[in-house]
Amino acid sequence: MSGHDHGDDGVNRRKVLECMTWAGTGVLWTITGGVPRSLGIIDSAKAATAATPGMTFLQISDSHVGFDKPANPNALGTLEEAVNKINAMPVKPSFMIHTGDITHLSKASEFDNADRIISQSKLDVHYVPGEHDFLDEEVKFYRERYGRGTKGAGWYSFDAGGVHFVGLVNVVDLKGGGLGNLGAEQLAWLEDDLRGKSKSTPVVLFAHIPLWTVYPQWGWGTEDGGRALEYVKGFGSVTVLNGHIHQVMQKVEGNVTFHTARSTAFPQPAPGAAASPGPMKVEDAKLRSMLGVASINFKQNEQRLAIIDTPLQG
Amino acid sequence: MKRLNRRDFGVAVAAAILLPVTTARADDTNLEIHIDNFTFQPAELSIKVGTTVTWTNRDDIPHTVVSAGKFRSKTLDTDDKFTFTFTNAGDYKYFCSLHPHMTGMIKVE
Ligand SMILES: [Cu+2]
Repeated sequence: MSGHDHGDDGVNRRKVLECMTWAGTGVLWTITGGVPRSLGIIDSAKAATAATPGMTFLQISDSHVGFDKPANPNALGTLEEAVNKINAMPVKPSFMIHTGDITHLSKASEFDNADRIISQSKLDVHYVPGEHDFLDEEVKFYRERYGRGTKGAGWYSFDAGGVHFVGLVNVVDLKGGGLGNLGAEQLAWLEDDLRGKSKSTPVVLFAHIPLWTVYPQWGWGTEDGGRALEYVKGFGSVTVLNGHIHQVMQKVEGNVTFHTARSTAFPQPAPGAAASPGPMKVEDAKLRSMLGVASINFKQNEQRLAIIDTPLQG
Repeated sequence: MKRLNRRDFGVAVAAAILLPVTTARADDTNLEIHIDNFTFQPAELSIKVGTTVTWTNRDDIPHTVVSAGKFRSKTLDTDDKFTFTFTNAGDYKYFCSLHPHMTGMIKVE
């Protein structure tokens, strides 16, 4: 693997690997002579959440409504299970973000079905599109449903609980041989959006494809993601959330925490662990342990957001 | 990651070795490329002007076949096909617009 460095803050490959934790896949990167940092965050997160809830919001991702292959013949059913889990949470989250691939083939019926299930959570949902949501010829179904009030291909920002949230789109204008792409127009907008914000404002960036380079051989990264990360460099707390790779992965780099969420539809293999990133068929009994949602807790004056991943089945 | 199964490897070898010296084989005018495991197989193909190439998506994930300014398939779901007949010589680089790390090349003589 190469190209893990972001910007010029001197983070070398070894450091990045030490900070990376893989969960839910059986692959674990350990730190020589210590505990992985991101595990520490989850532990303190659990304690913090138990003591004071603070503001919580939920992340849901990659529902792939319409997917019906052996890896999970009923993606709509597991989405419904996830929503039932959300409804059973002891503390109602403030809102939800969906990091894309709502549907599998961008069909109107798939968007309808997704909407019918997700709306049962009775939460506000902030969406960004995945590449599977832009498959209709005129790319209008996503935009008509979720694109209102957004810029360009669907990017926007909002504030909640003292946190600045930015939804980014990195699934359009992809170039042959390349990775995910934000593009000059969106980057200029982002720079402008963050200008003037106090550096103590916690920032959450969310997009479908990881903004960091996870595994370029499978296209798991964003060509110009480093530019976006430049703009948030001065902020005290930055959290980057994404989907697309259907497994939990975390990395901490300076003040930036990267986190990918599970899918509610089907698992994908750990980087390089299979011939392709395609859907991974696991035993039926194991499937639900590899699907799930993430809840994120923000406590005022805390440096970082605490992220708890909840599989559909433990 | 470049995993060719025996059958596809046979096609790749035939394309690379036989085509430049053979001109009038019946099946030269219709060639197939499979999408397996997020890979175009064979990834490179040398053909004669007039050849028709058919791509078949054998993955559980949709893909596309796009050569900028030359041809663009619809989204291919599992087992969907896209066919294009090459009437002009040249190098046709193409890729999947959903998974741009998937690339291929058709050399038309
Ligand atoms: Cu593709």
